[in-house]
Amino acid sequence: MATMILFAPLLGALLSGFGWRLIGETAAQWITTGLLFLACLLSWIVFLGFDGETYKVVLFRWIESGTLSTDWAIRVDRLTAIMLIVVTTVSALVHLYSFGYMAHDENFGHHAHYKARFFAYLSFFTFAMLMLVTADNLVQMFFGWEGVGVASYLLIGFYYKKPSANAAAIKAFVVNRVGDFGFALGIFAIFFLVDSINFDDVFNAVPDMAQTNLTFLWGEWNSVELIAFLLFVGAMGKSAQLFLHTWLPDAMEGPTPVSALIHAATMVTAGVFLVCRMSPLIEYAPHAKEFIVFIGATTAFFAATVGLVQNDIKRVIAYSTCSQLGYMFVAAGSGVYSVAMFHLFTHAFFKAMLFLGAGSVIHAMHHEQDMRNYGGLRKKIPLTFAAMLIGTLAITGVGIPLTYIGFAGFLSKDAVIESAFAGGGHYAFWMLVIAAFMTSFYSWRLMFLTFFGKPRGDHHAHEHAHESPTVMLVPLGVLALGAVFSGMIWHNSFFGKEESVAKFFSIPYETGAHEDAAAGDHAATATGAAHVAEGTASESTEAATEEVLASEAAPAAVADVAEGGHGDFAFTGLPGQGAIHFAPENHVIAEAHAAPKWVKVSPFIAMVLGLLLAIQFYLVRPDWPAKLAKQQRPLYLFLLNKWYFDEIYNFLFVQPAMALGRFLWKRGDGGVIDGGINGVAMGIVPLLTRLAGKAQSGYIFSYVFAMVLGVLVLLTWVTLGGAN
Amino acid sequence: MIAQDLQVILPEIALAVYAIVALLAGVYTGKDKSAAMIVWITAAVMAVIGLWIATGSGTNAAFGGSFVDDSFARFCKVIILFSGAVVLVMTQDYMARRGILRFEYPVLVALATVGMMFMVSAEDLLVLYMGLELQSLSLYVVTSLRRDSVKSTEAGLKYFILGALSSGMLLYGASLTYGYTGTILFSGIIEAAGDDVSIGLLFGLVFLIAGFAFKVSAAPFHMWTPDVYEGAPTPVTAFLSTAPKMAALALMARVLHEGFGGVISDWQQILAFLSVLSMFVGAIAAIGQTNIKRLMAYSSISHMGFALMGLAAGTTFGVEAMLIYMVIYITMNVGMFAFILSMEKDGVPVTDIGALHMYSKHEPLRALALLVLLFSLAGVAAPMLGFFGKFYVLRAAVEAGMTWLAVAGVIAAVIGAFYYIRIVYYMYFGQDREPLDAGGGPILWVVLMGSALIMIVGVINMFGMEPVAAAAAAALVN
Repeated sequence: MATMILFAPLLGALLSGFGWRLIGETAAQWITTGLLFLACLLSWIVFLGFDGETYKVVLFRWIESGTLSTDWAIRVDRLTAIMLIVVTTVSALVHLYSFGYMAHDENFGHHAHYKARFFAYLSFFTFAMLMLVTADNLVQMFFGWEGVGVASYLLIGFYYKKPSANAAAIKAFVVNRVGDFGFALGIFAIFFLVDSINFDDVFNAVPDMAQTNLTFLWGEWNSVELIAFLLFVGAMGKSAQLFLHTWLPDAMEGPTPVSALIHAATMVTAGVFLVCRMSPLIEYAPHAKEFIVFIGATTAFFAATVGLVQNDIKRVIAYSTCSQLGYMFVAAGSGVYSVAMFHLFTHAFFKAMLFLGAGSVIHAMHHEQDMRNYGGLRKKIPLTFAAMLIGTLAITGVGIPLTYIGFAGFLSKDAVIESAFAGGGHYAFWMLVIAAFMTSFYSWRLMFLTFFGKPRGDHHAHEHAHESPTVMLVPLGVLALGAVFSGMIWHNSFFGKEESVAKFFSIPYETGAHEDAAAGDHAATATGAAHVAEGTASESTEAATEEVLASEAAPAAVADVAEGGHGDFAFTGLPGQGAIHFAPENHVIAEAHAAPKWVKVSPFIAMVLGLLLAIQFYLVRPDWPAKLAKQQRPLYLFLLNKWYFDEIYNFLFVQPAMALGRFLWKRGDGGVIDGGINGVAMGIVPLLTRLAGKAQSGYIFSYVFAMVLGVLVLLTWVTLGGAN
Repeated sequence: MIAQDLQVILPEIALAVYAIVALLAGVYTGKDKSAAMIVWITAAVMAVIGLWIATGSGTNAAFGGSFVDDSFARFCKVIILFSGAVVLVMTQDYMARRGILRFEYPVLVALATVGMMFMVSAEDLLVLYMGLELQSLSLYVVTSLRRDSVKSTEAGLKYFILGALSSGMLLYGASLTYGYTGTILFSGIIEAAGDDVSIGLLFGLVFLIAGFAFKVSAAPFHMWTPDVYEGAPTPVTAFLSTAPKMAALALMARVLHEGFGGVISDWQQILAFLSVLSMFVGAIAAIGQTNIKRLMAYSSISHMGFALMGLAAGTTFGVEAMLIYMVIYITMNVGMFAFILSMEKDGVPVTDIGALHMYSKHEPLRALALLVLLFSLAGVAAPMLGFFGKFYVLRAAVEAGMTWLAVAGVIAAVIGAFYYIRIVYYMYFGQDREPLDAGGGPILWVVLMGSALIMIVGVINMFGMEPVAAAAAAALVN
């Protein structure tokens, strides 16, 4: 089944990409979409029927070189199952949506065939993304990683006639190279130390690795810290974290369905997935975790500030994505990987929905993207308005405080913020709360500017604004379900009691009363641990029985009870047992649950404040924003220009690189190499040719002279050589 | 005793006897009228003797060690005989139509071949000289076969005079060698020389090498080559540029390894010098040529430089590389001359490369075959055998620690590629001119296509030549 999920999109991509001339464009669109829905259906079956036990489908032996031997295998565990439904669901809906959105594209002529190509790219992207999430080893993952990079490049530059789209595509590719370099270095380091790149081997070796040092650049580093850092650099590139984020807003040059699928729901979350997948390793790297939290929190804050002032509807959502990714990293860096996955999961629904809704607005407004030219659209496109409203309620985190009832974003975002408070430190916590305030403000700003107030801009466009076709509205409806309910349904699995999280991810655990477990009447423990015992009995004697586990974990559990009173729960899984790894001393979940009430309410308050401020600014006194911008002009420009990151990079990296390139091109290649070759080829060689021609006089005596001269030279040479 | 010796040189005797009989038959029958038939019979006899030799095995010495029949000699003889036979067959029609198909032509070629067979089997300086002179004298005559042509006679005369000079040098070297070692047997020379030669013996060695260098037309003893190649009738040029080169190089390899194998470092640098000079002179001087025969002369000078590079390595692998290089070179050259022989306009032979403008339009297949041969001659890293020839000698040089020589070789090959590819350029992108005649006849066509095909198909395993060449080289160097 997993194989079918994986290869259905590839089949679709190949059929429609190479075969559309035979089967026609419409057929190509239907085939890719149909196959994607099939994959989606199967993914849900896999997810809902998943019993928690990791299994592998080995497809073939991939690499056999020296000590490196690697299979091409599909690894299915809880993490993969979650990603499978996220990827295939959003992708299937985006395929469907694209029927309407791409029907008549102004960037192409009437008779240009671009639809089949577009669908082929989408399906190819889906295949690569599935490859990434089902990987059983790092290189396979890297393959998917680069595959989605290529698909992203192709789709950002889909309007290849637009110079800005081409530039954005190249920018995305180049910036990602920086991150990929870190990722690749991390893989090299792992292979260097472990002599294997298979996840199981790597995870098993982590405790040993934590004891070793590695020399890198100018110093000695703890190997696990170093590897975790390098892998995170890769994640930063793909997930557009601060310093490597500049490509994401520009990536909005691609068609809107692409933004929804790749640059909101799936590809950009690959970094978060990587960190969670490598959680056994990250758990042993406290400093790297601090770094992850710092970058994540800063990104969340930074992107939210920039989002406040952007005018392009897609850019606002892009910065919002960037900011939400920061949330996920904070959760992962705090040690609560399940919450990172939770936010990833809910975010995929409501962010895809916001993008598709924005696409619907853009579609209605004849490809106008500037919000200053919108206004009052809720009557014209009520269904889109409803969808966007649900998306906004979800992203801003509307719900009933101190309960578990609310939109998806309410539950996951609050979980992140509580985790940050418990495990990430005050900096992260406050950054996220402020970011939540700003999220609320810019999201409502978007809503008010678009759907409320008076129509602005081109009259013509407003008069002809029309609701989108059904194929575009159906995906919005489906996603709306996810945006509303996904948080409430799965809250307990991702961020409920520690037991339920452990069960969901099939991590062995131990409640304090370990006598009970030993006695065998603690059913949950027994089953949870037994799963693991079965799965890993061959690889480790330590994990052979739950009794052993229990006795090992007992001191830790007792110590915890003594020092913090986290209850009597402890994760006991060894690295590699279960889909994600919590160290036995990791009690962030429990601490988060035990956070003070004001902490739990704070994101809600921030949200309400943001909403009120937005109402004041954009409904009550629409003249305020302009006035404020005038008063605080430097700050406004600073934010409008995205903290000048592009300009600084342009000055620091792009210009010197261009200058170096120009130097090597003009001087190095053109001057020295071409000049040298031309000089030799057009100057010296012809000269020698003329000389040779002259020597060839046709007179015997000159020929004889040459021979005698030759003999003399040789004689002199051997005489001098012989004298030595 | 004498019967055993004769047994060893039976192939040479057979060919020599055949040559005499053919001469007599020619004189007493129809003279030039029977020439065509004699050409065919000679080619057949040479091919048969080639096959006969190919079946031999082991190392058989004769006449007190003055003559040897080993796998190295057999390898070279087979190549010489076959290439001679092919050249004879493909030139017969050309000679006949120009009215210069004299019955002496095949006879002289057969005698030259006998000389070459002695050269590659020679184990002492006198046999060596006998073989060399038999070959040279025959070649002088065929060069001036076209008696009424000033160019042809001039070429013959030049060749003769300069050849005499080089023979003089060779003899001087031989006598110096004899004077300092007291023997003319290679096996005796290597013993007497030991591993530290006297300056007198070194002089002898230099003069010997100078003599050989003339025969292989290595720079700076190459000056005769363009004039003779241009002046001689094209069939003779085809012959000159193939079999004798093989014989002279084989002779050189034998003398150097069997006579002076203990002092490799002394002659290594001389050969490296000759090699570099030949490669560059051949490559650079050819650029100025518009006559395809002169161009081929310089091309052969350059190619001899590469073959000498293999020899200069001074190793078994070097000799193997040289042998492989020569076989590939001869095959390419035979194909090239098959094409040159077919170049004519209004029945008159053309040798100007300007005549090849847009040749691909009129004769696409032949142009394609020529393209393959030219790329192969250039040694472009396209999938063609010529590249592998160069690759082997370069590898030999690098393995012998003469990387600088290999680098020089690559540079020379790049320069040389220009004039080969220029012809390709003319054929495919030149201006439209009056096309050449579609002449040539089926034999030339087959030889041209066969040669081109070998250049491509041979890449697979070189028709199993490599182990044979390796065995031949191993028989020589031990």
